[in-house]
Amino acid sequence: MLTLENVVITQDGFTLSADLSISPATKYAVIGPSGAGKSTLLGGLCGFIPITKGKLLWQGTDITDAAPGARPMTMLFQDNNLFPHLSVLQNVGLGLRPDLRLSKDDRAKVETALSRVGLADLATRKPGALSGGQQSRAALARVLVQARPLVLLDEPFAALGPALRNEMLDLVHELVTETKASLIMVTHAPEDVRRIADQVIFVANGHAAAPQPAAALMDNPPPELRAYLG
Amino acid sequence: MAFRPLAISTRTGASAAISVVALVFAALAAVASRAEFGSGLGSADWAAIRFTAMQALLSALISTLLAIPVARALARRRFWGRGVLVTLLGAPFILPVIVAVLGLLAVFGRAGWLNAGLSAIGMPTVSIYGLHGVVLAHVFFNLPLATRLLLQAWHTLPAERFRLAAQLNLTPRAVFLSLEWPMLRQIVPGVAALIFVICLTSFAVALTLGGGPRATTIELAIYQAFRFDFDLSRAALLSLVQLGLAGGAAVLALWIIPSVSLGGGRDRPLRRWDARGGWQRIPDILAIGTGAAFLLLPLCAVVWRGLLGLPATPTSVWLAAGTSIGVALTSVVILLALALPLAGWIASARQGGIEGVGLFGLAASPLMIGTGWFILINPVADPFALALPVTALVNALMGLPFVLRILVPPLRDTVQVYGRLSQSLGLQGWPLWRWVILPRLRPQIGFAAGLTGALSMGDLGVIALFADPDRTTLPLQMYRLMGSYQMEAASGAALILLGLSLGIFWAFDKGGRWHADA
Repeated sequence: MLTLENVVITQDGFTLSADLSISPATKYAVIGPSGAGKSTLLGGLCGFIPITKGKLLWQGTDITDAAPGARPMTMLFQDNNLFPHLSVLQNVGLGLRPDLRLSKDDRAKVETALSRVGLADLATRKPGALSGGQQSRAALARVLVQARPLVLLDEPFAALGPALRNEMLDLVHELVTETKASLIMVTHAPEDVRRIADQVIFVANGHAAAPQPAAALMDNPPPELRAYLG
Repeated sequence: MAFRPLAISTRTGASAAISVVALVFAALAAVASRAEFGSGLGSADWAAIRFTAMQALLSALISTLLAIPVARALARRRFWGRGVLVTLLGAPFILPVIVAVLGLLAVFGRAGWLNAGLSAIGMPTVSIYGLHGVVLAHVFFNLPLATRLLLQAWHTLPAERFRLAAQLNLTPRAVFLSLEWPMLRQIVPGVAALIFVICLTSFAVALTLGGGPRATTIELAIYQAFRFDFDLSRAALLSLVQLGLAGGAAVLALWIIPSVSLGGGRDRPLRRWDARGGWQRIPDILAIGTGAAFLLLPLCAVVWRGLLGLPATPTSVWLAAGTSIGVALTSVVILLALALPLAGWIASARQGGIEGVGLFGLAASPLMIGTGWFILINPVADPFALALPVTALVNALMGLPFVLRILVPPLRDTVQVYGRLSQSLGLQGWPLWRWVILPRLRPQIGFAAGLTGALSMGDLGVIALFADPDRTTLPLQMYRLMGSYQMEAASGAALILLGLSLGIFWAFDKGGRWHADA
């Protein structure tokens, strides 16, 4: 379980407060107006933006000041999830070994992950030679080999068309279910919430509210959320 | 601290910075310890100071003023070969000074093409030696630099403005007054200041075309005090004057010097409606033609005379060429070992200012550092035996300011774009360099290595101070041949040196871009 104890995240004068916890093997959607602090929340969790007050606890251990790579989570950003000068295999391999000294075992794991996302034949290609959807799949293969208990997505499929995006969301859904990871996903689209989320974290006015069951919340939104959904 | 944009170790960067500062300060301290302030400066020294400032001022003014019409013509005209010409404007930067001097002598020298033409029509001949020769050579090197900088500035004028000017049917004069003149007023002082600073520490040009009581720069005076009189106290005193003058000017000029982009032919032509045909073409053709001839004729002379002289080239030249290659490659290795950690540190630091470390090399004159290290080494070892390593080291330091300007911006971009991804994957230390930074920066590293290699290959500075007959680089060997009037052999050596300088630049630059992915 990941616990945010009276956390305040501060970036360039903007602050976001949160006091909530994330349960294992649960899928969360983070929604809210633009500029409300959704990306700030994820940045704080991952260690890219400092947590200035409160504590971040993982299974009871304080990880408030841990380096991004040392946290139990893996994150996909809006863009630049792959290094363009490395092959797909190397990009995925970095998830296992940052020095890329892959053993036979590691290599086998990478190849299994690539075939799981349907990229077995493209392992030696560079990201530039892949389509947008294939690039997303490569990034997801890395999430798979990292096998961290928390997966954070900051609108990584925003640039894809609707059909492709649904395909990716379904794949994410399958992958996190297989690895029993928790998913925290920023999204703008209510239909994404219905498609994938168990719980919703609504972010508005510099505050991230405690998670609420997705279906009930979307069917009967409080006034603020109603205003956002339109 | 956990919240840095990229986990580049500051320790290696800081130790590189400390090494650079220590190298310069050790030399400075050694020089200061030998300078006897009581003796003061003689009248010859004051003459050298006056001449240094005068030639730098004239070189800066003439280069900048002549560059304006050339850059203006290049900015508004499209013609066949324009791209090649703009690329060639970058060539003097990696051209060995001594080679250019030989080319200039072939055109403007006593038996040169110009004087041959003048005497054929019964006019008096001109001499290239002295103040005007020094200024001529500096203009040869800096006119192309100024033209490139101004051309860049011209390209910063938005295309929409020219479209608007065309819409309003403004005359070329009105376009100049309303668009180009305000831009020039901003950029020209910086360009002139940059050239002034570069010319203040000029040594090889003064060594070959100047000399004598009326045309000696401070740098040359240091050399003469050291080499001819072995007057360490006077050399030291002059070094301090040089440091004060060049360093002071560099610091003052720092905030008006424009950012120098050294990248090759990266200029996109712009359609210009105010460029008209007919009579208006003539001054443009004249400006471009004269500028191109001024740049190309000496180069052609080097190649032509070099081909003729190649058979007369003695073995000593080939041996010196081998030495020069070794020195150049050593400089590249030293430079990269210093510049990469430094650039990493600068790019990931929150505030700037560390870049100043690189400028150290520019403000401190090579001969001052050479003199200082001679004084330091002398009691413990034979300085002449260490001539080549010291030369390689000083040449690397001289390349540092340019190289940092090349490496830091793309490294900043890499930190911006891939910093979070690298951090979330736990990439740091050597794997971070191996898998992210080096592959991302390969084209710039190749370019930087090529520049340094070419500069070091053609350098005639510290080596002249230290050299003995057994240890000599190609530029020095060429200078000795010229000094003993073996012009044919010198011409052959010039062609070899030209080939080596361009070759090492080309090899590294190409290597950096080979199979590079976007």
